Amino acid sequence: MARIEITTEACKSCSYCVISCPKKCIEIGEKVNSKGYLYATSVRPEDCIGCAMCAQICPESAIEVWR
Amino acid sequence: MAEEKKVYTRTKGIIEGAVSGFCPGCMHSTIHKIIGEAAEELGQLDNLVRVEGVGCCGLGQFYVTCDETIAAHGRAGAVATGIKRSSPNSLVYTYQGDGDLAAIGLAETLSAANRGENFTVIFVNNGIYGMTGGQMAPTTLVGMKSTTTPGGRDPQEHGYPMHMSEIINQLTAPYYIERVSCDTPQNVIKARNAIKKAFKYQLEGKGYSIVEIVTSCPTNWGLDPLKSLDFLREKMFAEYPLGVFRDGGEKKQ
Repeated sequence: MARIEITTEACKSCSYCVISCPKKCIEIGEKVNSKGYLYATSVRPEDCIGCAMCAQICPESAIEVWR
Repeated sequence: MAEEKKVYTRTKGIIEGAVSGFCPGCMHSTIHKIIGEAAEELGQLDNLVRVEGVGCCGLGQFYVTCDETIAAHGRAGAVATGIKRSSPNSLVYTYQGDGDLAAIGLAETLSAANRGENFTVIFVNNGIYGMTGGQMAPTTLVGMKSTTTPGGRDPQEHGYPMHMSEIINQLTAPYYIERVSCDTPQNVIKARNAIKKAFKYQLEGKGYSIVEIVTSCPTNWGLDPLKSLDFLREKMFAEYPLGVFRDGGEKKQ
């Protein structure tokens, strides 16, 4: 079971992780962080394969991956 | 089921808990991240010395954990020469944007390259002056709008885009020249490997290495991060093709 953890305070809503995820299990959510950005959230976590593509592309290093 | 393992950890090369000052979608922070990772993989994080140019790259001073100094505008090549010569065991790299390296610091850049100084240059090419408000840089594409070329860059008046990797490739001394990008996870990994290779050559004392990274500037291009990726792939890669220009290590095998 793979999972990702997103540091929501660091997210700037660039959505590079959303387009990079091969399983499409990251989306930009509806909640905002303290800087006012809509942050990325993990949806359908059971689909995550832990490939770390989102973590590689994330400019802010906001994503950490377990597998 | 096997035990869960952490497969991707935030690098120690950037300050823990820090959020960078860069705009959303800016690849400067990606590059800071992969420099930290490359140095970490080589076990050189404590030995790393960074010389910064002026511009958006100056925001990195609040973001990285290594020792650093900020040179006068464009003079990072000269400052890094001094640091490397006086402290030859340090892993020295300069971090410069296109306005800093290709316009204001052209003399310092080419002189250091021509002497084959043993340090690494990370050249971030986004085709525009970022921090000062989107003025035309030497690397701005023909027809591209900027605040100083509101009608688009006109070659008759402003000249043509400058290809720094190709220019430096004309010199004899440089050891390693590569152009990479950070638009996809695959390219991020390639860019990290290029930086790691450049650092490795420096530690072996091989001489001057430059890694040019073609990136986007969503804010000053006036596009959202995803559209700026499309522009990057369509227009910037056509003008600045990715690839290895010179690799002294490969040649000898």
